[in-house]
Amino acid sequence: MHSTPVPSQAGFDEAPFVAQARKGDDRAFAELVKRYEAKIFRLAQHITQNREDAEDVLQETFLRAYEHLDQFQGNSKFYTWIVRIAVNQALMKLRRRRTDKSVSLDESIDTGEDTVTREIAAWDEDPEQRFSREELGEILDSAIQTLAPAYRSVFLLRDVDDLSTEETAEALGLSVPAVKSRLLRARLQLREKLTRYFKRKGDDAFAYM
Amino acid sequence: MLTCKDFLAELSDYLDERIDAELRAKLERHITECPNCWVIADTTKKTIQIYKGMEPYPIPSDVETRLMKALEKKMAAKQR
Repeated sequence: MHSTPVPSQAGFDEAPFVAQARKGDDRAFAELVKRYEAKIFRLAQHITQNREDAEDVLQETFLRAYEHLDQFQGNSKFYTWIVRIAVNQALMKLRRRRTDKSVSLDESIDTGEDTVTREIAAWDEDPEQRFSREELGEILDSAIQTLAPAYRSVFLLRDVDDLSTEETAEALGLSVPAVKSRLLRARLQLREKLTRYFKRKGDDAFAYM
Repeated sequence: MLTCKDFLAELSDYLDERIDAELRAKLERHITECPNCWVIADTTKKTIQIYKGMEPYPIPSDVETRLMKALEKKMAAKQR
């Protein structure tokens, strides 16, 4: 889907930039945009499944955030706040594309016995080392694409972006139990997809059954 | 006795270390006795580890340019 990953943003402290931006420092705001634009674009692409819509969502998110910066309470992370804006914008896009207008991240998802555990095979110790960085990126990306949209954004925020369960719930406008049940299903489904690539050589699925 | 279904229901909290010691002990007893659940727990843990911190790809330069232009316009309008 894309080319090379950007440098790690681990340890980035957004607070001083947010404080400066709120005082009217446009350069500080631009710095926040640069820090988060790729993550917001990725999220928007995952929700809208459409590059053009994702670009619109990206722009609208940061323009709205800039315009309404005085409404940001500061008792949650700035990133959580803009994710919430982005999710709302992305859902509006989806609604416009559908005739029934009934899209939400709360749309009915199968809550039956679909905790997927068909493929049971042990993996190598460091299974990802069998693949180049690029191949691995493609495998991981395409596995996420196969998840239902309602699971995708939960997994992306909770496990990839490393938000807490509570922050994920806040950003997506979901309850904590809803986040937890979707996260479990997303994790199990991805585990199943990745087993195809990462299982120990010579081990068959069902080897332990 | 804990069933496999019970184990799976707690798997996320177990891997996130958000359960009390008593339940943890029960779950750990289950995976020593159930190879399938051990494999599921281990490979789910590895799944989470592989994805954790996966950085997004940089946004395409044309998208970046249009975003910055739109933002500059907004900023200029505010200062007037």
